[in-house]
Amino acid sequence: MRKIVLPAVIIISSIILIARIFYLQVIDESLKLKSENNAIKKIFDFPERGYIYDRNGKLLVANQPSYDIMVVPREIKKIDTIEFCKLLHISKADFIKKIEKAKVYSPMLPSVFLAQLNKAEYAAFQEKERKFEGFYAQKRALRDYQVKDCANIFGFITQVNDAILEKNPYYNSGDLIGKQGVEQEYEEILRGIKGVKYLLRDKHNKIIGPYKEGQFDTIAQQGKDLTLTIDHEIQKYGTELMVNKRGGIVAIEPKTGEILALVSAPTYDPAMLVGRQRSKNYTALYQDSIAKPLYDRGLQATYPPGSPFKIVTGLIGLQEQVIDEQTVVYCNHGGYFGRFIKCHCGQHTLVLNNGIYKSCNTYFETAFKRSIDKYKIPSQSIDVWSKHVKSFGLGQFLGTDMPIGAKGLVPTSKTYKRAYPNGGWRSNTIISNSIGQGEILTSPIQLANMMAVVANRGYYYTPHIVKKIKGQALDEKYTTKHYSTIDKKYFPPVIQGLADVYNVGTAYNLKVEGLEICGKTGTAENKIRVAGKTYQLKDHSIFVAFAPRENPTIAIAVFVENGYWGNRWAGPIATLMIEKYVNGKISRTDLENTMLNGSLLPEYNKIENIIYQRFPERTSEKANDSIAKREIQIGEAKKEEETN
Amino acid sequence: MRNQSIGSSIDWITLLLYIALVIMGWMTIYSASLPLEETSIFDLSQIYGRQMLFIGLTIPIIFIILFTEAKLFERFSFVFYGIGIVLLLGLFVFGKTIKGQTNWYQFGGFGFQPSEFVKTATALLLAKYLSYSQINLKHTKDQLIGLAIVGLPVFLILLQPDAGSAMIFISLIFVLNREGLPSWYFISGIIAIALFFLSLLIQPLYIIIAILIIMIVHYVLNRKISRNPIVYGLIYLVIVAFSFSVNYVYNNVLESHQKDRINVLIGDDVDMKKEGYNLNQSMIAIGSGGLLGKGYLEGTQTKGGFVPEQHTDYIFTTVGEEWGFFGSTLVILLFVTLFLRIIYLAENQKTKFSRVYGYCVATYLFTHFFVNIAMLIKLFPTIGVPLPFFSYGGSSLWAFTILLFIFIKLDANKVNEW
Repeated sequence: MRKIVLPAVIIISSIILIARIFYLQVIDESLKLKSENNAIKKIFDFPERGYIYDRNGKLLVANQPSYDIMVVPREIKKIDTIEFCKLLHISKADFIKKIEKAKVYSPMLPSVFLAQLNKAEYAAFQEKERKFEGFYAQKRALRDYQVKDCANIFGFITQVNDAILEKNPYYNSGDLIGKQGVEQEYEEILRGIKGVKYLLRDKHNKIIGPYKEGQFDTIAQQGKDLTLTIDHEIQKYGTELMVNKRGGIVAIEPKTGEILALVSAPTYDPAMLVGRQRSKNYTALYQDSIAKPLYDRGLQATYPPGSPFKIVTGLIGLQEQVIDEQTVVYCNHGGYFGRFIKCHCGQHTLVLNNGIYKSCNTYFETAFKRSIDKYKIPSQSIDVWSKHVKSFGLGQFLGTDMPIGAKGLVPTSKTYKRAYPNGGWRSNTIISNSIGQGEILTSPIQLANMMAVVANRGYYYTPHIVKKIKGQALDEKYTTKHYSTIDKKYFPPVIQGLADVYNVGTAYNLKVEGLEICGKTGTAENKIRVAGKTYQLKDHSIFVAFAPRENPTIAIAVFVENGYWGNRWAGPIATLMIEKYVNGKISRTDLENTMLNGSLLPEYNKIENIIYQRFPERTSEKANDSIAKREIQIGEAKKEEETN
Repeated sequence: MRNQSIGSSIDWITLLLYIALVIMGWMTIYSASLPLEETSIFDLSQIYGRQMLFIGLTIPIIFIILFTEAKLFERFSFVFYGIGIVLLLGLFVFGKTIKGQTNWYQFGGFGFQPSEFVKTATALLLAKYLSYSQINLKHTKDQLIGLAIVGLPVFLILLQPDAGSAMIFISLIFVLNREGLPSWYFISGIIAIALFFLSLLIQPLYIIIAILIIMIVHYVLNRKISRNPIVYGLIYLVIVAFSFSVNYVYNNVLESHQKDRINVLIGDDVDMKKEGYNLNQSMIAIGSGGLLGKGYLEGTQTKGGFVPEQHTDYIFTTVGEEWGFFGSTLVILLFVTLFLRIIYLAENQKTKFSRVYGYCVATYLFTHFFVNIAMLIKLFPTIGVPLPFFSYGGSSLWAFTILLFIFIKLDANKVNEW
């Protein structure tokens, strides 16, 4: 009996092994398909990427054919390397490096040898393609930009990186994917779904027909077209106005939350990131750590909002009933709030109306102080206050359909608990927040949205950049009203004050005949610390506005870095934008020319010099050099456009 | 008539099977490691060239063994075993650590794995011990000594830690079972393994309920007068405790890579690009072979280098892909014929020493063979053991050759025994 145990075990287990192998090799078909082997060649059919239009149906982004030279390292036969390199304008060292890289990815699977050849470059190769076994061209669609601006809105397309390849099985090496902007946010809609054909090959690599009568093949699904909310007329105008300045413009249609313009300066021509120069250009843009052309100042930059924030301070005061329209505050070149705080309003007796249009610090500091002192404990009142502020969309991600954004900061009791662990802070301690200085930080899009709330007298729609997706409804979250915590009845007096900013206030010089604009200037201090020393820089120039006063069609925020004061750069730019959008033409061409040709580069130059003190190896000459170069580039881009 | 010529007494069937397997092994390695450029098959910079050298070097080894006095193996078994244990202990001081396992000695460019040598030594000592006429495995003391001979190297190898090699030693339980170790050792071992996997797959609660029912049925049907409810109860308690401790052992005792391998087997949350990659690729390679295979040197999975370590532990995937179901079955049948031939010869030995040793050889070879192939086709957790005579590597080829040819020599010598 014992003698047969081992032989029995051997025979039974061998039968099990054979049965299992039989199942895997003969019955289970899925493994054969999985073996992406020589005999089965996968051909991908890449659908055309969706087009992008502006709100008026103007085509912004189309496609152009492009060709990737693909290589399957194992299939390379003896080829004339010199001829091959000459044809594609690469060096032999390059050739070897690229082949090695492809081998590392896989000797069997195709990988991109040379990406994004244009038609002419491909034509030269195509003639001799048959001579280079192991190489073939894969047609892909590249973006063909119809405009020279909007780079920050579009984003760009690029080859998928290894991290995505690993995570997302849809993509293969060499596939294109949207990065940043709407290309990233709406990647799946724009890209469609690629089709796959399985073809059978014989030993000599000749295709002998579809695999299994094509039962595993899939058909490509076209990408869908996008219509943006952007009005390209004013987007382009805004970009031109911001040439040689740094900052952002965000314009929103208040009654829908649609973003009409999203300008970030400096910017770059989106066509720079197409074709074989792409990676070189991208590196240059990416490494520009001072002008930061890839940084969307409209969405990502957070600054102290400055005086425009007084609008919110005033509304909160009214809502909390600590002030009313008739409340009088005296200002004597400033006021005493535990310490003396200066004011340049030049008035003595202030009510809400002239408090706004003269932008009196003392008035709003008083209103803020009263709001905070209304409750016994400051931590309670600051939380009531920040709830009001946040209901304007400030201090939080707005939830726009752009992949980037900034939260900003609206202080709460927690903020101050951290700063003053032992307590002891009072309304006076945090008084700067009343005039948008203190701890509070906002991004231009948040300020534009805040103006949309005022324009709508109390609500906003989440700002969004896509108006229509072909054959698909818009996300519900963009059609839901968000109400602020301020009652509707408190808006008219504030709006009157904003209108008077143009009539008699800080922007009276910007008045446009026949158009009632409500706006607010702002000037925000800023400093940098370099090598332990603090430098006071030129103030930022801020302006927020909406127009017309009744049934507003545009709310806007303009931010110009180091633009001295609100009325100097941001105010005119905002006014021109509004006039262009509402009236369709500009009445004040002198102002327009000043803005178009004005440059803040000397100012930025000074800042760069300060920064370069910290990095002596990068001389200030270099900095001047780079600025000069950029100026030339931008100038050239403009000229080109004019000739077009 | 003493000392008949070795040529006429040697078992030619075993020898031919050995030669066939080694040649097929080399051909497979050649296919798995063939570079794009054409080179000589003796090119020592290539894997197949080196394997050719290793095969060539087995010839002197075989001759030395065949012309050694057969009695020496028995007489020096204690010495071999002692040396083996010392070598295992020495690893803790001089051993080379590769992938967390300290199981190699490195002399210049030459590596040596003592556990390969200890396999043969343990087989010899076990055979020697069991061949004493007064030994009876029914006696507890003899059982314990027998188990200790196997258990000592297992213990030292588990410390390295090298679960694969330890498992090979544990398989010697087949030999002890054949030589009269009470069956319950063997049966409870199998039940423990089955329970371990079942407890990972199913809630232990269901298992203990099922076992309770089985035991009650068994008790009722058991007509022996000696049936004792207390014994049944105790056995049941042990099983319950075991089932519930499996999860603890799994979570707290096993290393993460061991857990991964078990997960892969039972199909629990597996990432096909990470821990599941090897198994997935090896199944694809074998599965794509079909009935007849893609033909020798035509395996695309093999050529593409998708299967990692294809020339060593995963060599059988090349057989599966290029030679298909028929080829795989042929290789398996060759192995099985070899195992059964060895067992047949073992049973016909005149001395108990030769019989036990032969059994050990068959057990070792079979365990390597089964564990290696079963792990490739998702029947067994991934454990790094080579496929005898096929897998690349001098150390393992020579170890298996020595193991087998000592038995061939003992068998050839049986005409001189009486």
